[in-house]
Amino acid sequence: MKFGVLQFPGSCDEVDALEAARRVGDAELIWHGERDLKGADAIVVPGGFSYGDYLRAGAIARFSPAMESVIDFAGEGGLVLGICNGFQVLCEAHLLPGALLPNENLHFTSRQVEVEVLSGGGAFTRACGPVTHPPQRLSIPAKHAWGRYYAESETLAAMDGSGQLVLRYAPGENFNGSLHDIAGVCNEQGNVFGLMPHPEHAVDELMGGSADGLRIFESMRMTVEGATR
Amino acid sequence: MLIRPKAGILDPQGAAVERALPALGFAGVGNVHVGRLVELDVEDEAQLQPMCERLLANPLVEDYEVQLLDGGV
Amino acid sequence: MVIHHSQGDTLSPTLEDALALGLTRAEYELVCEKQGRAPNQVELAMYSLLWSEHCAYKHSKKLLRSLPTEGEHVVMGPGENAGAVDVGGGLVCAFKVESHNHPSAVEPFQGAATGVGGILRDIFAIGARPIAVLDSLRFGEPTAPDALDERAARVRYLLEGAVSGIGHYGNSIGVPTVGGEVYFEGPYEQNCLVNAMALGLAERDGLVRSAAEGPGNVVVLFGASTGRDGIGGASVLASAELGGEGAEDKRPTVQVGDPFEEKKLLECSLELLSRGLLVSLQDLGAAGLTSSASEMASKGEVGIDIDVARVPLREADMEPFEVMVSESQERMLCVVEPSNVAAVLELCEKWEVGGAAIGTVTDTGRMRVLREGELVGDMPVRALVDDCPLYDLQPRESSEPLYPPPAATLAAEATPGQALLALLSSPNLCSRRPLFERYDSIVQSRTVRRPEQADAAVLALPDGSALAVSIDCNGRRVAADPYTGTIEAVLECAANLACVGAQPLGTTNNLNFGNPEKPHIAWQLTEAVRGLGEACRALEAPIVGGNVSLYNEGASGPIYPTPVIGMVGRLPDARMAGRMGFARAGDAIALVGAFAPSIAASELAKLRGEALPDGLPAIDVEAVRATQAAVREAVGSCALSSAHDVAEGGLAVALAECCLVGGIGAEVTLSASPATALVALFGEASGGFLLSGERSELLELGGRVPLELIGTVGSDALTISLTSDTADGGGTGEVLRIDLADMGAAHAALGKLFGSGGRDE
Repeated sequence: MKFGVLQFPGSCDEVDALEAARRVGDAELIWHGERDLKGADAIVVPGGFSYGDYLRAGAIARFSPAMESVIDFAGEGGLVLGICNGFQVLCEAHLLPGALLPNENLHFTSRQVEVEVLSGGGAFTRACGPVTHPPQRLSIPAKHAWGRYYAESETLAAMDGSGQLVLRYAPGENFNGSLHDIAGVCNEQGNVFGLMPHPEHAVDELMGGSADGLRIFESMRMTVEGATR
Repeated sequence: MLIRPKAGILDPQGAAVERALPALGFAGVGNVHVGRLVELDVEDEAQLQPMCERLLANPLVEDYEVQLLDGGV
Repeated sequence: MVIHHSQGDTLSPTLEDALALGLTRAEYELVCEKQGRAPNQVELAMYSLLWSEHCAYKHSKKLLRSLPTEGEHVVMGPGENAGAVDVGGGLVCAFKVESHNHPSAVEPFQGAATGVGGILRDIFAIGARPIAVLDSLRFGEPTAPDALDERAARVRYLLEGAVSGIGHYGNSIGVPTVGGEVYFEGPYEQNCLVNAMALGLAERDGLVRSAAEGPGNVVVLFGASTGRDGIGGASVLASAELGGEGAEDKRPTVQVGDPFEEKKLLECSLELLSRGLLVSLQDLGAAGLTSSASEMASKGEVGIDIDVARVPLREADMEPFEVMVSESQERMLCVVEPSNVAAVLELCEKWEVGGAAIGTVTDTGRMRVLREGELVGDMPVRALVDDCPLYDLQPRESSEPLYPPPAATLAAEATPGQALLALLSSPNLCSRRPLFERYDSIVQSRTVRRPEQADAAVLALPDGSALAVSIDCNGRRVAADPYTGTIEAVLECAANLACVGAQPLGTTNNLNFGNPEKPHIAWQLTEAVRGLGEACRALEAPIVGGNVSLYNEGASGPIYPTPVIGMVGRLPDARMAGRMGFARAGDAIALVGAFAPSIAASELAKLRGEALPDGLPAIDVEAVRATQAAVREAVGSCALSSAHDVAEGGLAVALAECCLVGGIGAEVTLSASPATALVALFGEASGGFLLSGERSELLELGGRVPLELIGTVGSDALTISLTSDTADGGGTGEVLRIDLADMGAAHAALGKLFGSGGRDE
């Protein structure tokens, strides 16, 4: 199992994502100017401020050669995870529905948040175990200035119906003003997933509190290995 | 190109400005929206709309308007 | 800039121009002597910057020579872009603190942002990857009665701007902001302080120095293009007192920072170094190319020729002197062997960073400026860099109080409970959460202790050990006694390190003072440096680098003398890093150390509107050091549940902080009579620690250092009783009992002052 982690000028959390992925498999960085995804079984579009977030977060990175390959890869059913800025890039690339807008408080905000695991996006959450009521929670840090998830109401209704809502901020945790407390969504096929919190920063209890984020990477490994077995 | 939040989309930046202006004594202000201005020279004006659609604006959440300035700026 | 423009090549600035640029008549005459003629425009501009206080340290250099700079861990001392200490495992930690006070007073967002950008460049200029930022901020009072609220509103604007600027730069470039401090005091109202500290990691043999070497080698400028920003910015601004009026007019000269450009510059610089393509490297900061090129030449004892026509410009019509003094941000200068120039420029292209060969290393010992080959400036490097006259200070203690007493905000008859809530909600002591939530504190996956989890930030190292870092200075106490107050600041940093289990390795400092030409300021500076040297010697934490910011005065007087101390330490096992918060119901609580508090110059005294005392009680530095060692070892052996040092607000505030961070209350009994209650609760001094853990572990520690068991962790309130065995009022009585929720509400006061409006990009 090999992860490819994209690297844009202005990426910040790409090495964190690389190291997190290496806890469950192989992983390699992929420079934004390259089209070759180096045989990766899954792609991570990492956090940071690609191209300085100039124009709109993710708007410029989405046109890089590597992203064109990622769009093809996703079209063939490959697993793609977008974290924070990566989520913004995936929305700009139309691999995911909706858009991310400036936080309601207008500020970059960094906070450990609790998110609830919903029924969608099993390819990325299966290591969390069966979906429960009340839902299971993951404790993961979030840190962003543009994290307010928005989609038109018909789109949201359709996403809900087709199991595209994957993570929701627990009550009281939605600091950015996302519609319906949405923290993470997947595409209709379930192979592309974006979330604002940073699972790669919750993989080691030594670093501040929780290893819950590791389950996202573990789920991707299970999905890829299940498919190839 | 003038780019602004679509009507109905929560615009916290506009709202913050709308709150700040009366505090400075500017009364009777409403409907504040904060957007972006992109200036450029272009040979083929027909490219402007696709530019906005594909990169300069996000049509899901933003409206845009193209203004041609004679002879450029 | 006052130099008169002219179309011809015969520009001859006058003595008046030199005076307007900040040189004295005698200095100008010395320049003429060194040149053997009157300097032309380019030369005068360059001399005036390099001979400014900011670049030449002409009022502080002699004093700074008394500081300890060597020790077993020191790998790189003062004089390079940053100092460095050995942290084991083949790695060194580079670190430095720098000020950006005057630019921030003019435009807080960009001033603070470019301050962070500048200190980060200092770190990667020596080949270290930046791993953390801390900041130290000082502003005026953020609240005031209605009539004065316009002034307080300006303070809040500066705070909002500075915090947004720091976050904007640090967050965007992917370096965590892991700690910091902010104080609000009247004397900073017209002259805020914005100091930023950065740390970096490098392989021990991967450090690079800035000395230019090898005549015939090529000088390459890379990074952003050069514009008129900051011409007359930091260097000229930083040596002029700020007036109350007119500050807004200086806005155009403030530099604008671009963290995206710097992120590319950082990655590009580190890749150039790791491929062995550079002979030496230097960042461009204050005085731009002028200071970078001259200092590289001076350190290498060579000459440099620079052709300004080859510098990539943002504005086409710039004069040679403008190119040489521009403070455009995000630029680096390197020396490259001719055979590597193509490879260097190719790598610049990969990182989308501009690069241009702009000059040559020579054996002339002269700094020569050319425009398309025509000589427009020619100076001996030694004269430019080393021959600025140094001045002796004329220190004399002021016979009059320098600072007015603060306005009283707490009634004299307030109960201990009311006083505790007032302290917890006071701007200096309330929770910094609204500030540090604006910062990414976890990127790079090293942060073992985030802000508010422990007294110092803790960053994991690859070999399982960890770095700890703290930044501190209580300017009010330094104002009361510059010598003792500075020792306290150094001890406070070391105490913070001890609470996470770390031993100090090295120190950096930023001396923020008023006008040193005034005898009482010279006295503050001299006394502070004396205390700094003694404390660092005693702790074996030598000074590896630092910065001096003088002339910090407004119309109403000087700032509090503020020698900001940054200290880096190491703990052997990251997993053992201490925590601040009480953790377990039933744990015993101990007050450790020879702790002899007093109310004078305390936060309580400030709230009560008391004037500063003339002097602080002397400190037994050896005793404090022994206590710190005992605490450090207890934390390192995992014998404790929590460790926190007693600082501003005294024991009661320290207890409240341990309760709030841990989310659990405590019951405490202190030996004090009603007459000494306030001193016991709120008095301040160095050397006290508040520990919690198993009673037996604490008692064992008591065999080594003074220790008093004072209570037990538990419940959802903080209860403090006093016990005394005096004849007149013996017995025990409860003096305060406050629910956690009420303390938490008081502690959250900063949110109301902060976070409305502002900008985040």
